[in-house]
Amino acid sequence: MTRLLHAFPGGLRLPSGKAESAASPVVPAGLPARLTLPLQQHVGSPSVPVVEPGARVRKGALLARPGSYVGMSLRAPTSGTVAEIAPRPIVHPDGIEVPAIVLEPDGADAWGEREPPMAWPDEDPLRVAERIEAAGIVGLGGAGFPTHVKLREGAASAVHTLIINGLECEPYITCDDRLLRERAAEVLEGARILAHAAQARSCVLAVKDDMIAAMAALDAAGAGGDVEIVAVPALYPAGGEKQLIRVLTGAEVPSGGLPIEVGVVMHNVATAAAVYRAVRLGEPLVSRLVTVAGAVARPGNYEVLLGTPVAYLIERAGGALARDARVVVGGPMMGVPVKELAAPVTKTANCVLVLARPAERPPLMPCIRCGACADCCPVRLQPQALFALARAGDLDGVQDLHLFDCIECGCCDYVCPSGIPLVAELHRAKAEIDVMDRLQARAHDARQRYEAHLARTAGASGGKAPEPADDTEARRAYVAAAVERVRRRRGTPGGAQR
Amino acid sequence: MLAGALVLGALAAIAGVLAARAPAPPAAARGLVERIDALLPQLQCRACGYDGCRPYAQALAAGRARINRCPPGGATTVRSLADLLGTEPLPLEDRPGPPPQALARIDEFVCIGCAKCLPACPVDAIVGARGQLHVVVERWCTGCGLCLPPCPVDCIRLQPRPGGAA
Repeated sequence: MTRLLHAFPGGLRLPSGKAESAASPVVPAGLPARLTLPLQQHVGSPSVPVVEPGARVRKGALLARPGSYVGMSLRAPTSGTVAEIAPRPIVHPDGIEVPAIVLEPDGADAWGEREPPMAWPDEDPLRVAERIEAAGIVGLGGAGFPTHVKLREGAASAVHTLIINGLECEPYITCDDRLLRERAAEVLEGARILAHAAQARSCVLAVKDDMIAAMAALDAAGAGGDVEIVAVPALYPAGGEKQLIRVLTGAEVPSGGLPIEVGVVMHNVATAAAVYRAVRLGEPLVSRLVTVAGAVARPGNYEVLLGTPVAYLIERAGGALARDARVVVGGPMMGVPVKELAAPVTKTANCVLVLARPAERPPLMPCIRCGACADCCPVRLQPQALFALARAGDLDGVQDLHLFDCIECGCCDYVCPSGIPLVAELHRAKAEIDVMDRLQARAHDARQRYEAHLARTAGASGGKAPEPADDTEARRAYVAAAVERVRRRRGTPGGAQR
Repeated sequence: MLAGALVLGALAAIAGVLAARAPAPPAAARGLVERIDALLPQLQCRACGYDGCRPYAQALAAGRARINRCPPGGATTVRSLADLLGTEPLPLEDRPGPPPQALARIDEFVCIGCAKCLPACPVDAIVGARGQLHVVVERWCTGCGLCLPPCPVDCIRLQPRPGGAA
């Protein structure tokens, strides 16, 4: 660990809350009565089903194929029957419904045919990326970006450092920590496979400096040498992609840019373990580790089949300890409140947090320009200014202040003495700008179709093209043609029409 | 010295007279028309009283029209136009016109295949032919409502687009 570490701006030291759930080993969550698999558990376009209701499938069978290049395969987490393909509620504050495949397990949990193990050091990196895509692997750290797309885009540019992110910087979450303690060898080989697939010159596996047992397990499993283990100080959000890159390499990913622009590619430790399973064991992604923590009888980490309802998992952990507890999927800083507890655990769910007490927020008061939010922002944004512009509806102004660089880490919310819901307002502004962009794109298409319509109908009534819009060659040609028509008409005997 | 000042003064006076009489350069005016047109929803519905979005944009650029005449653009468009033109936003004029994010739907049980709605659509979003069923292509329909008047059996309805702006 001789690497010089850098600091990122802002950040907060948060209470860890991890002791309880980190203490015990991972336990299988078991087989619920139904598994719900949304067709979109990843960034990109929804997957397209390849099965019909009534189909009997084996564990690992393909249920849906990628909808586009930035798309993802979806595989059956267990053997059973496809009950229906219909809108089902997902983890969301309003319990919205999205199209999903509902699977009824048959209890046998029988694997179908698995891919043969791949001798990956001899394989072409693109073939490795294909295997990763077919296994349905997305970023398991929470963002859900299709792993194979990240690898393919990286293959075109030079990657000098592959970073395997084991920071897990949000309070309560310990699934990555337990993964490293119990399956360090899988993570290490997965890291090596990813380094080969990304053609990276070096590989760093970063953990938090208090993850002593995890570091010991990694050393015992043969780290060092080609996979450098680095301990990073526990400061939230050190596990954020751009923040960790800055800490480990000193490089700053440009505003609106991607890590590949500074020669870095990053994957989560759980993603690395899933890659190992897919490439060496031929097993697609069918389950993930999930921390259940907070006000439950048995906090801990569970190996959960994808599609397991959140309510089932809470029961498995002994049930909530308070009658009107709130449930959040994710951590206390960036997690999503869940309205409908039948919603499923998906590829991006790393924690189910049961909270007994209501969040302690000060009563909402006006902004006093104290600057605490700007001080703690890890992206060096001005949350108070962004908030004021967003509230005023100044969508251009918020983009000038780099709204889309906000990672919604929640540090500003945490420190605001006036209790202002900063992240919620900025998130709303991002959504509004997305909608405006889509409307403008649609209006642009409509204008082009209108001009095509005019050209088509003008053709039917005399061969005169529509007046060109721009002061360009086309316009001059149009004027010249009109002048020519008049001259010809005047030149014909008696001035008759053509 | 005095002669120099008089010459400069005369030149300035001549320049002032010429500037006052010269029309605005066509390129700059057209640039503004484009920028205004880019803010309009492109329904070509004529609710504003002009013969399409571009003529309305031209009138706005020339200062001949107010910014609050576009019902499908709504308050959002009024605000964007106010920002661009440096004027104050106005409440939307109470004009008959399609609402934002609408979609035309032909009732296939009532449609008689007369094909009168096809040429009415400014973006050619209705597919069909004489004696054949007509259907509105959802992806292309802008919700302008121009297909409703020509229909002799009144089988077209303007409805809110499912999913709204998404």
